[in-house]
Amino acid sequence: LSVPPEIPKEDGRPKWDNKFQYILSCIGFAVGLGNVWRFPYLCQIHGGGAFLIPYFIALLFEGIPLLHLELALGQCLRKGSIGAWNTISPYLGGVGIGSWMVSVLVSLYYNTVLTWVMWYFINSFQEPLPWSVCPLNENRTGFNEECHESTAVNYFWYRKTLNITPDVTESGTLQWWLILCLATCWAIVYLCTIRGIETTGKAIYVTAIFPYLVLTIFLIHGLTLPGAMDGLAYLFTPNLNTLKNPRVWLDAATQIFFSLSLAFGGLIAFSSYNPPKNDCEKDAVTVAIVNSMTSLYASIPVFSVLGFKATTGYWDCLDRNIISITNEFDLPEESIMRQNYTAWISFLNSSYPEKIAGLKLKSCDLQEFLDQSVSGTGLAFIIFTQAIILMPGSQAWAILFFIMLFSLGLSSMFGNIEGVFTPLLELRIISKSIPKELLSGIICLICFLIALCFTLGSGSYWIDIFDSYAGSLPLLVIAFFEVIGVAYVYKIKRFSKDVKWMTGRKPNLYWQITWRFISPLLLLIVFVAFVTLQIQKPPSYAAWNPKYEGFPMKEKKIYPLWVLAICVLLAVLPCVFVPLVALFHLIKRMCRSKDPSFVPPEVFSCQGANS
Amino acid sequence: RISNVLLCNVTDRVSFWFVVTDSSQNVTTVPESEVEAAIRMNRERINSAFLLSDKTLQFLKITSTLSPPVEPSTPVWLIVFGVVICLIVAGIVFLVVAGIQQRKKKNKESTERENLEEKGEVTVTVENGIPCETLDLKAGHINGVFAADDERFTSL
Repeated sequence: LSVPPEIPKEDGRPKWDNKFQYILSCIGFAVGLGNVWRFPYLCQIHGGGAFLIPYFIALLFEGIPLLHLELALGQCLRKGSIGAWNTISPYLGGVGIGSWMVSVLVSLYYNTVLTWVMWYFINSFQEPLPWSVCPLNENRTGFNEECHESTAVNYFWYRKTLNITPDVTESGTLQWWLILCLATCWAIVYLCTIRGIETTGKAIYVTAIFPYLVLTIFLIHGLTLPGAMDGLAYLFTPNLNTLKNPRVWLDAATQIFFSLSLAFGGLIAFSSYNPPKNDCEKDAVTVAIVNSMTSLYASIPVFSVLGFKATTGYWDCLDRNIISITNEFDLPEESIMRQNYTAWISFLNSSYPEKIAGLKLKSCDLQEFLDQSVSGTGLAFIIFTQAIILMPGSQAWAILFFIMLFSLGLSSMFGNIEGVFTPLLELRIISKSIPKELLSGIICLICFLIALCFTLGSGSYWIDIFDSYAGSLPLLVIAFFEVIGVAYVYKIKRFSKDVKWMTGRKPNLYWQITWRFISPLLLLIVFVAFVTLQIQKPPSYAAWNPKYEGFPMKEKKIYPLWVLAICVLLAVLPCVFVPLVALFHLIKRMCRSKDPSFVPPEVFSCQGANS
Repeated sequence: RISNVLLCNVTDRVSFWFVVTDSSQNVTTVPESEVEAAIRMNRERINSAFLLSDKTLQFLKITSTLSPPVEPSTPVWLIVFGVVICLIVAGIVFLVVAGIQQRKKKNKESTERENLEEKGEVTVTVENGIPCETLDLKAGHINGVFAADDERFTSL
């Protein structure tokens, strides 16, 4: 009898078409909106080039080790986050459930941010851009008052897009245009994730590469704009004194952590579709470095454009003052120019001080304009849109910019949805006969219905709450337990053997030290510092209230008690599964240890699952 | 024939005061409110007569009414939205239908294989390196040496 040749065990698990798809998916998941609108802001407020020092230290001791850990884990165990942690140890099952929970919460609100991007995108096809002019008031003698007191871009964002209410407790009504855009966004997400990685793998080629093209175009154009060099100098001038402030180190650590999308379970899901013998060490280092380089690369066009905007604002301020002075003193046209403005002002101030005082001139200072730093949605939807109006051919720039933001966010959404989808596929609750298309459709539909809350008038306040509480603290806790779980429950020796089996070489001293001591310690310090800073002052928010005296400044309000309860719930809910599941298994074992016929399950090993 | 020009309050900029007289009614001046209303209505014509604009020709105490921005009958964003949503729905329908077809094909293949296996043995048995299925199914080759004459054999 001849024996047929050994065929490798086919487990029917979907696979990546090629390695490049996998790397691109991880990069797309890590590179998101935060690389464009949070990193440049942090660089700016924390001393420019000096911020790179704590940033790279955090990358080296926190980012790369955790990334390698997650990728190796998924590749070895070939399961999503819930299954993987259950396999490592039943007591750690709560870590997987916590990751899954966070992925669900983040998917809900992240797509609403993409809704806003889509809304701006479809409005960019108009000439002139709708956020460039204020609408008129009733008798057409002037502009709409709310718009006139703030700016046209502010009005379009707060009134025409969000239709924001003055308080988080006032829910307002559902905005039908946002509902349409939300449905579109979820339809796009469904289209791309309909069959899991089979479809996202194809979509990622576009959504991960396109932003780099657009960033390059903006880089080239941005550097040609007037004032770009001022913006870049402002961004990169290092101010080493800021390093004395511990806040800077905390921000660097949290930025690296959230930027790499760790502890979501999405990275574990992605690497679980890899062939078992794959060099995950090289992958981890590659993804982390590409993510950081993208942040740096993105900050150059962002700051060129911000410098351009500041310069234009400064020139506008000067021009307005020049017109008032020219009118007041009846001087001939073009006698005062921007260059000799200061000379004229000092001369007029000495000769006619009362007249100058009566004009109530605004002091124009370029530094002040550059200091107006904003991060997050304010950067994209207010500041950048204002800068785009000033560029010739603004429609094209607006369309490019918003498509880029959309691709960046979409590729991150793939990772979030994969972190939700993959563990559900493996749970035995879902029967095998349900087709993948139906399951992903159900997930997208449920998320769409829940996310309708964010299209209310107070929606953007709720998104800030979700972002600050669900998308920050639980991740730190989960990552801490991930490292502790692998290093001390699964034991580093076993893990190193597994990694050696997968990559062909034993993890060197750097990995051993960071996994065992440095990363857990760093995570603990960051967590404690984070919590301390949060509880120092009562959580407040800035509300857009047209009836406020200081309008157009935002009104600072404190969250009412029931909103605070929701914040605490969001932060605690994913974390609470970790002790709950451990307790549950402990009680089960204590009941079972009284039963003499009970045999403990055999020890799991990476090679055992795959050979 | 220039008779109605008086110079006073000379400034560096071009500015002037004017009064409008009604020659048909005994050269009386037209009241300010009527002049204001007339200028408001014909601002565009007065501007273009001087080749100036609202920003460069200012009438003190007369604020200009602003023209509303041109709005098309259907907002542009709805059109773009319609295009985008049609593309996406087409993509989803295509993928779902392709998935259903693929699943039907796979089901048909697996039922064929099941029927085949029920006819023969469940597992592929092997005899001398040749699977039994092929031995069963392929027609045998008649060996002429043995099966030639029936007369050779004694009839029972």
